[in-house]
Order: sequence, then C-alpha cells, then structure tokens
Amino acid sequence: MTVKTITRQDVVDFLYTEAKILDEWRLKEWAALFTDDGTYKIPPIGDPEASATKSLFYAHDNRDRLQERAERLLKKEAHVEYPHSTTVHNYNNILVSNLDSDVITVECNFTIHRTKREVMDTFIGKHTYELVEQDDEIKIKSKKVVLHLDSLRPHGKISLIL
Amino acid sequence: MNQFIRDNVEKSEFLVHRSVFTDREILARERAEIFNKCWLFLGHETEISELGDYRRKKVGGRNLLFVRSQDGEIRALFNTCPHRGALVCRENEGNSRVFRCFYHAWSFKNDGELVGMPGKDGFPEDFNNDGTKNMKAVNRVENYRGFVFVNFDENAISLDEYLGNAKEYIDLVVDQSEYGLEALGGIQEYSVRANWKLLAENSVDLYHGMPTHKTYFDIKQDQDPNLKRVQLEGEGVELDNGHGVIEYVAPWGRPVAQWTPIWDEELKNDMEEMKVKLAERFGEERADRIANYNRNIVIFPNLVINDIMAVTARTFYPTSPGYIEVSGYSLAPKGENEAHRMARNNNFLEFLGPAGFATPDDNEALELCQEAYNNNEEVEWNDISKGMVRGEGNALATDEVQMRNFWRQYNARIQASLNKEKEVAQK
Ligand code: FES
Ligand SMILES: [Fe+2]
Repeated sequence: MTVKTITRQDVVDFLYTEAKILDEWRLKEWAALFTDDGTYKIPPIGDPEASATKSLFYAHDNRDRLQERAERLLKKEAHVEYPHSTTVHNYNNILVSNLDSDVITVECNFTIHRTKREVMDTFIGKHTYELVEQDDEIKIKSKKVVLHLDSLRPHGKISLIL
Repeated sequence: MNQFIRDNVEKSEFLVHRSVFTDREILARERAEIFNKCWLFLGHETEISELGDYRRKKVGGRNLLFVRSQDGEIRALFNTCPHRGALVCRENEGNSRVFRCFYHAWSFKNDGELVGMPGKDGFPEDFNNDGTKNMKAVNRVENYRGFVFVNFDENAISLDEYLGNAKEYIDLVVDQSEYGLEALGGIQEYSVRANWKLLAENSVDLYHGMPTHKTYFDIKQDQDPNLKRVQLEGEGVELDNGHGVIEYVAPWGRPVAQWTPIWDEELKNDMEEMKVKLAERFGEERADRIANYNRNIVIFPNLVINDIMAVTARTFYPTSPGYIEVSGYSLAPKGENEAHRMARNNNFLEFLGPAGFATPDDNEALELCQEAYNNNEEVEWNDISKGMVRGEGNALATDEVQMRNFWRQYNARIQASLNKEKEVAQK
C-alpha cells in the first residue's frame, strides 16, 4: 500500500487539465490519461443506470476503443470534425469522495459548447470519474457521461469527446 | 410547369431538381400527399410488450400514444384531450391503465374511453354516448412481423399490399431470430440539419461507403487484416411503391453467424451452431443469405431498416425543409445470449448512432449538401444516374437504381397532386 498523497486540489487540477486537453484537441494525450483497463461510457439519455446488453448506449468504450475514438477524430477523414469544431469544456460543482482510498470518485457538472459553421450546440450533464494513482500520476479508470438533455436535438451527434 | 425529376433512360441520365430540398411549399405538399397518405412506422411491438405499456411518439407531425390497451390491442391514440385539447400524457413512456389530463382532470382508459370527469352534473345525461369525447385513435394501425405502422388515410391500401415485395427483405431480417426481434431500450432521438429525402437516399447509398467512412474501415482493417479482401459486392433492387434495397456481402462481422477474429473463439462456436440451426430452418442458401449478407432497406417514405453490422431501424420526419427529427432503434434477437448481445451492441456503437464512428460523418455529408443548396438558383440539378448504363436489373449495390425508384414514386405522388390542382384551376 502506498501512502495517499492526492489532495482535492490535485483532483480539480487534473479535471481542468483534461478539459484543456480536450479543448485543444490533443486527443492522444487524452487517451493516455486512462489506465490500461480504462473505460469511457455515455449511457442512453434518461437512463444513466442502463445495462449495455439491454439498452443502446451512445458510447461504451474499453481502452482500445477510446483510443480508436481519439485517433479517428484527429484524422482529416473524420469528416464531421474536419476542420475541427471549437469547443469549450466547463466543469463545475466538483465533488470529490474517497480521497484516501484506492479509487477516488469524482462527480462534476459540465457545460460543453461546440461551434462549427456558425452553429452552436451546448451539451449539459454530469460526469462521474473513477480516478486512481499510478506511478505518481492520476489516471482515469472510468469516465461516465450522463447527458442532461431531452434528446440529441438539435445537436444531432456527439462528434467530440464529452 | 414544375418539373422535379428528369428521367432520361436513353441518355442514362437521372436528375432531381434541388428545389425539392429547400422549398416550403413543396414540404407542405409532401405533408399532404406523402406523410398523410403513406404507411408510416410507429414503433416495434416489443416496445410495449405488457398490457398498459405505452410510449409517446411523434409520427407524421402528430403526437401519438403507442399503447397496448388492457384488451391486448395495440393502438395509436392521438395524444390530445377531447375537452380542450391539452396533451393528455406527458411521460415519455410507462405503464398505466388510465391517462388523466391534468387541465380539468378528465380521465381515459388506455383504449381512449372517457371514464371520469369532475362535475359530471354539469353535463347532459347522455354525454359521450356517441363516443366523441373519447381520446381518438388512429383508425389504420397495422403490424408486419413486429413492425407497427400507422396510416392517416382511411382509404389507404393495406400495409401488406403497401409493403409488397419489400416483405421478402424484412423477412430476411426477422428470420435471423427463432423467437423474433426485440427493440432495445435507449431509442436514439437525434436530428440532422438537412432535408428528409437526403437521409432516405443516404441509407441505401453504398457508393459513399468508402470515401465517407474510411476511418471506420481503417479501424476494421487494423483489427482484421483479412477484411481487405472483401469488396462491397452485391446488387441494388427497386421494390414496389418506391421502396428499395441494396444487398451485399458483409465486409464486417455479423452478429448473426459471421464471426470475425476480434471476437472470442467461444463466440465462434456459438455462431457456427447458429448457422447450423438457420440451415435446418431455411436450407443452406437462405441461411447463408441471412447470415452473411447485408441489407439496407428503405420503406417509402421514411423508414430505413439496415441489417448490417447490427440491425437498426430509423424513422425521420421533417419539421422544416432543412431539419429532420430522427429516431434510431436497435433490434436484436429475443433471448440472445449475453456475450452475443455485447458483440452485437459493440458492433452497433462502433459504426452507428450519433456517437458512432460513421453515422456522424453521414450527417455531416447531408448537412453539407443542405448548406450548399443555397446555390440552387444557379446550380439546379442533382445527378442520380449511377448504373443506368448497365441497364434494367443489372445494378450493383453501389449503383443508384434504388434511389431512382424512390424518386419516381415521390414524383408520381407530387405530380398527381399538381395535376389535380391544375384541372381544378382550368374548370
Ligand atoms: S383539456 Fe383535458 S380535461 Fe380539459
Ligand atoms: Fe454512410
């Protein structure tokens, strides 16, 4: 057992750094924030506890697939994001729990704006993270994105990392 | 004279006038001649499997309640109170024997019958003896193998007749399961800032597959180098009443019985067993067609059933010439085992859906078309002639015959209404 040294401020800085990485489209760096068994999930709207065999998720990525997601979005042939849209990821109401255990749980509200071709879409909802410490760094073991929208209208798509 | 298509077989040229994507009057005519007269997909019967189950739906511009009433009947009730009109049911889905309108608290059984109202003594004794104060139901609701449709035209031909030879292809999709298909939870409600007909076209357009979805195929080829050998081979077919289909060899794993190396060995055995079972039920040839071929089917005007790396049904309705509301369903065999279901769902998410690795690029393509129709005044025509040179019945899956068939049906309906108007004007 290592002695836990992570503070609430470390966690907050980590989240803000993730948001910045995403806004700068440094998506390979984003993927590298995850542990080898890391997951990234977006459950169906209105059913955050849905089971992935009974319901259709928007994203249900293991480590390999979130890597593919990140790399795909950097290609010119990911047409929906070429040229890249402009995004602003804002994280608020950050609640950190279990700071002194192996897995730190964090909840935060998010407001993410995406603008492209003079159309702005806003995504709102709540992120839930499970964070662990690995080689003196914070890593994401899981990130769950719960959209607080009625539907994906008028957004129509999730072509960025929420 | 409005001319929306130019169909020149001799010259092998088929053109569509771009005004049909942007003109508000044309949309009004489409509402009257197409959405008010054709069979429209309401939902899958498994969405309301128990007595009292209901879901709100928007179909053909109406607010409907898709409900399995206490008598077991599937109904489509207009979700509006016969008293003063309020939306009666506000929950998106649930299970209930009665619906109660909150405005003046009238209540209705889930077959629409008025069963309660405060202050009854203010109404005559025989109030509602004629049933006019019940929630009104759509008269024409018909079901083909679990797919439930409505038609707002009481004189419409039957659904069976309307689907015609498209049933053959729906059967191939449904027959992959011994116990029927079920709709998964989490229906995806999204939108596209483009005209509805562009999505109908795109759904049976294999020609765009490689250029639009290169990133998807890159990922698949990394996972399975053998994939490179598979070409998008198959045929395009025009079906009755404007429906169309492309059927082609699957260049990816199919969670029916086409295994791929990215899946566990265990799943392989399971899939081989499935294939044997399919062959027992249908013979080798049909089993092969069910398991190893893809089908993208468009049921005129706005239902698409894609039996590809998973099964999706999509329906879409325009709220303006440049905006559609899409509802995307995933259909899967009832009772499918967990590992199988996970493989299927992963397959679905990797390509399909608003956060998949392909569907958003389709939507981008449609939105770019729509945006560039700003140039309609000067650049008037779309070309949909690919494969015409090959002649009748020889179309490849990457050709456009299935789209021409859609447009011919579209044009026939719109022109008939224009002609009728002209006759009236001349009298
Ligand atoms: S409007 Fe429904 S009870 Fe009056
Ligand atoms: Fe596509």
